Amino acid sequence: MPNPSVFLLTVNGQIEGANFPDYDSLYCKYCYVYGHDWAPTTGLEEGITQITSKSTQSHRLIWNFPLEITFKSTNPSGWPQLVVSVYGPDVFGNDVVRGYGATHIPFTPGQHTRTIPMFVPEPTWRLQKFTGWLLGRRPEYTDPKVVAQGEGREVTRVRSQGFVTVSFHIMTKDMKKMGYDAGPSSPSAVQSEAQSYVK
Amino acid sequence: MERMAASSEIREKLRNKRRALQDTLVKNKNEDDIQALVPSARFNVDQQPTAMKEAEGSDEDPGETLRRTFRAQRQRRKKKLLEQSFVQECHDAEDAEEVPNARRHSANEGSADRADDSVVSTRPPTGSQRALSVRSEDSSSSQHLDTYVTRHLQEKLRAARSKGESLQQQEASEVSAEPVSRLQRLKNRDTVTRFDREAEPISAGRQDDPLALRSRVKFREAGRRVVKDLPTAEEAFNFFTFNYEPEPPSQQEGVSRKRQKRRERVKKDKGEDSQEEAEVEEDAEAEEDNQDQNEYQSEDAPLVRNEDDLFAIDHSPQDFVEMRKAEYVAYRKRVQRDRELLFTPSFRTVPTSVKLPENMKPRFLEDEGLYVGERPPVSLTNENILENRILKMAEGNKWFGDDGKVIALPDPIKESSTRPPLFHMEGDLDPALQTVYRKALKSKYANLYIAGAADPEGDYQLDVDVSGLIFSHHPLFSREHVLASRLAQLYDQHLSRQHNNLTGHLTDKLNGLRNALQNMMKIHGEQGSSEALRQRISEYSLEVRNTRQLRDTEQEKDRTLLRSVIKVWKEIKALREFQKFTNTPFKLYLRRENVDRASDERDYEGEILAEVLELEAESEGEYQKKLAEYKKQLEDWKLWRRKQKAKRKKKKKKKKGLAQEDTEEEDQDQDESESEGPFEEGPAKPQPPERPDVDSMEQWVREKASRIRRKPGEAILIPELSASGSITASELCPRAEIARREDVSRRSLFIKILYNDKEVSRTDSRSLSADFRVHFGQIFNLKIINCPHSINLQVFEEVGSSCSLLAQVFVPVPDPSVVTGSAPIEEFEFSSNQRVMFDHEGVGSDVPLSFESDGSNRLTLLTSGKLSCCVSWGIGEEGVPLAPPVSQQPGGTHSGRWHLDAVSYIGASGLYDMKKIGEWATQSRLDPNDPKNTSIMQLLKVASSGEVTAPDYFRLEHLQEEFNFVTDEELERSRRFRLLRLRNQEAPEFRNYKFVPLLEREVSDKVFQDYEKRLKDGEIIDTREHLDPHRALVAKYLQKIRESVINRFILAKHFYQLSDLVTEEEIPSIGILGINLFKLAESKRPLKPQRKERKKVTAQNLSDGDIKLLINVIRAHNIPIRKPLGNKPGQSSQSALQGSDWYLSQVQVRPFVEVSFQRTVLQTTTADGPNPSWNEELQLPFSAPNGDYSTSSLQSVKDEVFINIFDEVLYETGPGGKERGTSIHTQIEKHWLGSVKIPFSTVYSQSKIDGAFKVNTPAVLLGYSREHGGSSSVYDQWRSTHGGTFLRLFLTIEPQLVPGESVREKIKEAEFDSQEDERLLQAAEKFEKEAAQGFPDRPCITTVTDLSGKTVFITRYVRPLNPPQEFLDAFPNNPQEATTLVARFVSLIPSLPDQVSFSGTCDLWSTCDQFLTLLAGDEEEHAVLLCNYFLFLGKRAWLVIGTAIPEGTTVYVLTHEQSGYFIWNPSSGQFYNKDDSFCPLQTVGCLVNADNVWYNVQENPSPLNTNFDITKSNMWKPFFSRSFSHPGLSSVQPEELVYRPIDRAAAAELQDRVEKILKEKIMEWRPRHPTRWNRYCNTTLKQFLPKLEQSRGQDVAEGHRLELQNLLGDYRIAGFPLHLPFSEIRPIIEAVHSTGVHNIHSANVEFALAVYVHPYPNNVLSVWVYLASLVRT
Repeated sequence: MPNPSVFLLTVNGQIEGANFPDYDSLYCKYCYVYGHDWAPTTGLEEGITQITSKSTQSHRLIWNFPLEITFKSTNPSGWPQLVVSVYGPDVFGNDVVRGYGATHIPFTPGQHTRTIPMFVPEPTWRLQKFTGWLLGRRPEYTDPKVVAQGEGREVTRVRSQGFVTVSFHIMTKDMKKMGYDAGPSSPSAVQSEAQSYVK
Repeated sequence: MERMAASSEIREKLRNKRRALQDTLVKNKNEDDIQALVPSARFNVDQQPTAMKEAEGSDEDPGETLRRTFRAQRQRRKKKLLEQSFVQECHDAEDAEEVPNARRHSANEGSADRADDSVVSTRPPTGSQRALSVRSEDSSSSQHLDTYVTRHLQEKLRAARSKGESLQQQEASEVSAEPVSRLQRLKNRDTVTRFDREAEPISAGRQDDPLALRSRVKFREAGRRVVKDLPTAEEAFNFFTFNYEPEPPSQQEGVSRKRQKRRERVKKDKGEDSQEEAEVEEDAEAEEDNQDQNEYQSEDAPLVRNEDDLFAIDHSPQDFVEMRKAEYVAYRKRVQRDRELLFTPSFRTVPTSVKLPENMKPRFLEDEGLYVGERPPVSLTNENILENRILKMAEGNKWFGDDGKVIALPDPIKESSTRPPLFHMEGDLDPALQTVYRKALKSKYANLYIAGAADPEGDYQLDVDVSGLIFSHHPLFSREHVLASRLAQLYDQHLSRQHNNLTGHLTDKLNGLRNALQNMMKIHGEQGSSEALRQRISEYSLEVRNTRQLRDTEQEKDRTLLRSVIKVWKEIKALREFQKFTNTPFKLYLRRENVDRASDERDYEGEILAEVLELEAESEGEYQKKLAEYKKQLEDWKLWRRKQKAKRKKKKKKKKGLAQEDTEEEDQDQDESESEGPFEEGPAKPQPPERPDVDSMEQWVREKASRIRRKPGEAILIPELSASGSITASELCPRAEIARREDVSRRSLFIKILYNDKEVSRTDSRSLSADFRVHFGQIFNLKIINCPHSINLQVFEEVGSSCSLLAQVFVPVPDPSVVTGSAPIEEFEFSSNQRVMFDHEGVGSDVPLSFESDGSNRLTLLTSGKLSCCVSWGIGEEGVPLAPPVSQQPGGTHSGRWHLDAVSYIGASGLYDMKKIGEWATQSRLDPNDPKNTSIMQLLKVASSGEVTAPDYFRLEHLQEEFNFVTDEELERSRRFRLLRLRNQEAPEFRNYKFVPLLEREVSDKVFQDYEKRLKDGEIIDTREHLDPHRALVAKYLQKIRESVINRFILAKHFYQLSDLVTEEEIPSIGILGINLFKLAESKRPLKPQRKERKKVTAQNLSDGDIKLLINVIRAHNIPIRKPLGNKPGQSSQSALQGSDWYLSQVQVRPFVEVSFQRTVLQTTTADGPNPSWNEELQLPFSAPNGDYSTSSLQSVKDEVFINIFDEVLYETGPGGKERGTSIHTQIEKHWLGSVKIPFSTVYSQSKIDGAFKVNTPAVLLGYSREHGGSSSVYDQWRSTHGGTFLRLFLTIEPQLVPGESVREKIKEAEFDSQEDERLLQAAEKFEKEAAQGFPDRPCITTVTDLSGKTVFITRYVRPLNPPQEFLDAFPNNPQEATTLVARFVSLIPSLPDQVSFSGTCDLWSTCDQFLTLLAGDEEEHAVLLCNYFLFLGKRAWLVIGTAIPEGTTVYVLTHEQSGYFIWNPSSGQFYNKDDSFCPLQTVGCLVNADNVWYNVQENPSPLNTNFDITKSNMWKPFFSRSFSHPGLSSVQPEELVYRPIDRAAAAELQDRVEKILKEKIMEWRPRHPTRWNRYCNTTLKQFLPKLEQSRGQDVAEGHRLELQNLLGDYRIAGFPLHLPFSEIRPIIEAVHSTGVHNIHSANVEFALAVYVHPYPNNVLSVWVYLASLVRT
């Protein structure tokens, strides 16, 4: 039997950094969530960044953590999503979660930058909020991948936290051949160039 | 240096010029050098980085001299050119901008001028705003120009040259006062904002780099400028630069350079500059290519900089935004400032003297004996604050009374609330006041919007012009008015008739016709008659007659009208005469027009003659016609007559024969003709027509003429009505008339305009005038959105304050072509049938009224009138009519339905109803030729032709097809889509299917094979697998239940709870919180290690190899020991005799444990003795099916952990049996001793299992004995009675997996229906919750789920049920035996954990009959059945819900007998005394019987320490208590169990098949070795098995062994019987395989195998497999 036809999606990029006004010394975990018809062929599927702190000048957290992965797929359904979760120490030094967020890997080839808003689940009770704060055990998702799915989210309450910026460089192979047209090659890239020119 | 200065100077000049071209600031054009200097200074101030660079370049790059010279030359050239143009432009700009500069110049002289100029030029180029500010600054000469730069420069210059100016001196004095700070400021100050800030002294210490740079650069420039006049440039430069900040970072240069470039580009694009400039720039750019960029930068920066000035747009926000420190205001100052603005009223009491006018003593009314009310309590502080505040105000004193207190009401608070009381009770409310809910009515026009009304052009306007109204009758009419209005009407008629002049028209026509007729007659007479001509003549004469008749009627009408006009006028005159006053101004004049009598008479006569002639001719013609007709009729009649006669004759002949006489006939004939006439209905004999009487005709004509026509010679009367008459003044009128007139004057009228039944406007109210006319003259512009449906004008009459509706006038909606201006005012008549009567002169309405004196000829008049108004479409500003397009208009008719637009007419849904569309199309008279309508017409045509019948169903998604990307058939056919759909439906085969192929052809048909097979096999039962049709049926049934339950769970799985998604700390109680807080403070104790909770891992992140099963094999107890082999039968006794010797010398047993799980087999080291201790940890990898580590998948893992205990036996074999030491061949054999099976699901759900497991040992172990020779301790004694081997194990999964959420709870969430009472369910939930809070480790179950998924209370399952009768009969006298038999029977029913079967930790409780039908069940089913049997046997029995090893939460049975309490393991049939420490039951949670549930609230839950006396409420908490009594729950169990009889034949058949299969399997497992079967042994073993069954596995081993040894003396036998309940063949094979008997590889091994299946009622089968290996010694 010949090799099944697949198309490939190569993601290069980096978790550039984050903007968490209130927190410092954070690190970031990432993983991908994808459908049944997807499989990573090469690259790291999960990773943890270094811990980064803010500088006195800039209030951004910089990770510059490279992402590199290639997926093969037979079906655009279940397009991969990047799930990032940010952790860091709280006042007492306990490692607590600072945010969850997810974004789809961009569809179109080219360069993309995504700013992912981050959020954390809220405690059910005030008291829990207090004890969670005190004991460093904040509510966490059973699985960070929850944020990439829609089901069951209605039972949770979340609070927004900050932003994580991720840049992607997308390449696809055989998408068009398989009949999937991801649209213009890179309108965003063109746009960004134009913007820089104006500046 | 000089040269450099020169070059820079040139550049600066250039810059300056360009700037001058562009900007407004003009320098003194006479001073070239100054000009040159000025812009550079300005520039540098504005833009420090580039200038900076320049300075650097000029100073530091002497190596570039050559290049620079070139450039300088070029610049010079350019400068010259520029100067020429510049001069011109300067003149222009001068007027505007020179003024301030000029002034300054006058003030400053000499070299100071330059400096000053530079100051001026520092004005930023941002635009007029700044220019303005500068100007104002300059004009106020008192303001010193203390730009710090300036000052600085001035100071320096003065120091150098000691030259002073008056202005500068002034400044200098200031400057010298604080030279240090000034310098500082100089550095840091922003020169741009300097002008605005100079008044404020607060400016110290700005540190912004760019600003500092800016000013610094300027200094350099200034310095360079100074070079010109000063002796040395170097000196000045050093002076200016040596104490400044370090060089700016070079990156700024880069930035500015980039910016420059861009600007250059911009400039180029704009092309504003002169040719020369462009040239220069090109040069510059060319240079850029081969020059050092920095260098280039420094050289060209100023040039570019100018460009920047040109395009103010290019300023970045930083150019405008000033960065500076926050202002600090000293605290004291701030306080002071605050004090000026703020007032804080003091708390202190105001002395009374302040509050009163001076020299007044407070006067207390109270003291004077007057009553003073008690003031409401106000806190003293607030009162003081208020008083203080009031006093602060102007005239504050007047707020205070004589007593020095604030004037106030005695008690400003009202006693009772002014708000009306609210009635809460509905009953109290007066029924008349009660509110009634009425549903809001939706206007039926609300949705009929004009298409396109939404868009701005689509505002349509209707202009309603209400000009006025005239009453033709009004109740307040006096009699005279009635007559007058009649007269007016008649006169109007007359006028309109006159206007139309119908009579004249008709007369002319008649004359014309007559002439034509005469002509024709003439022709006729001459040429004879032709048919056509005669026809025409007759037509003409007919026409003449008609016309004449018409004319006559018209003439008559005219005449009558005239007469009635005159008559009414006479009546009016009579009335006026009679009543002696005049009410109406009407006067009728009759104008006479005399005529020429002769000609008139002639005409008259001629007319009459002509008419008579015509009439004669007509009547003649008529006569002729009639005559002809008469003749014809006569003929007919005669003919008929003749026929009659003939007939009669014939009759007679027939009657009387031939003999009759003729005469008689004649007579007869006559008679009959007379008598028969009427009978026979013959036509009457026609009468001949009369000749017309010409004379009478003339008479008639004359009469008529005199009636309808003016008599010849009579004057023509022309009435003229005029309103010139005078009305009698009111004073002269009688009282009744005065009252009437007053009444009239009181009346006023207005008109409401209703648009689509909604009032949109109303006219002003106008009073009724005496002539009963009202003039409104108002135009209302209605902007409309809705389709105009009706326009209704309602006439209201107001009398005083009351108004009443008089009449309504419906005005038609105008045609779109009717627009304001062109539309004529129309009159609409209205009338009202109100009855009004007055007691004054007013005639009233609907009241009979007579003008005759005798009261006859009464007439009744109703209020009526005419409303003149005009409705038209408005005209927009451009003269565009604001009317909706014609296509949207109704088809000309106002009434009926509105067919603006199909959608609005029939509604959107109706569009799919062909009938409605057709209806609409016909009603709206759709133009079939309009291209817009083609589609509709086509549709209608198709629909009406019947070929395509319009669907009568509702087309909801008529666009669905557009969204279908393939057709349905294709979707069905496509394997890929099918695969995707099945996966989406979570069909079991495809639930986790990965990589659905991308292309259709890559989907192989194989994929569906399993699925299709399953679908197909739905009904077919495969007996091969199960060996038993019934089991196969059951398996199918189970499968179905499983599917339905799984579907339910899949549903339930999608109900998410917070805990499914978010892990969160439990709400801590205060105690725990306290402990935790305490822990924080607790010191660390590293030597006291604490057990840490392992972190739980969610299953999703896992992959193969991540999960390991850890098994810690600790030790075993009571392992069977080898028996010494003896060839002789007596040896055993001998060995027994040897006793302790043997025991000590011989190796008893060398056991090891082998664990197999998922094809992985691991074993421990070998230990010694019957009570070995291994203490070893084994790690077995675990992989989930399909790599799916989701919770549901893990829950459904069916794999079991097999833990087998083997004895390692070493045999010395080989030839060297006697020559020991030379060569010894040892052979290792392992003999199976027993096994423990633990399902993975148990480990998974409990996360760890720790305890002593009873090893499932065979009843007989050939070659082994459980008795430990020689030992006869009490312990052994006791143990022998139990005969158990125990293995202590610890099992867990690493990492710890989060056990699956109990679906049970989810089911509760999902609210599976229940038949239980809601109250009971709530109580149960509460009970369980309380139990879980009290003792979280003790299970408590009150409600369970039955097979249909319904929640059932647990006590319903308990009910005495009959065991099979055979058991009762077997031991009639021994109830104990019967009990054990029953227990065995129950244990023989195969166990099938629910978790495995129902993929989820869901306990489904089947009833006993279901259980017996399914023949598979969990512990609870076994327990329930056993308990019910025990109850039937008359025992006191309970279900025990607790935790046990290894099942976890499980159900056991407790019985109470005389000897005490016994605990039964229903799955194994074993029973334990309550005090038995080896009882697998670990905790007792609750007890259940048919009546109640008791929860264990005792301290220690182990059965050993539990008191089972349920009556003690402090130990057992009952569910049903006095407060909540048992509601009498009926049992779900059947009344009686029916068992199928024992089927021995089937058992025998099964036995053979199992044996055959097992033998095949064993041979299969030994592919490389021959497998020999010892037939003799087989048969022998087979004989043993029934005995074993009978003894229920009791120890009969000794007999066996002896017997066998007798038979097979030469063999070393190792063997054992396996006992299993029968469910399927596979477990049997597994069990046999796990013993590893087949692994003996010695060459001379033989095997023996025997199978025995013992049937029990209801197809419960007990399977015995006897396995033995024989090695010939």
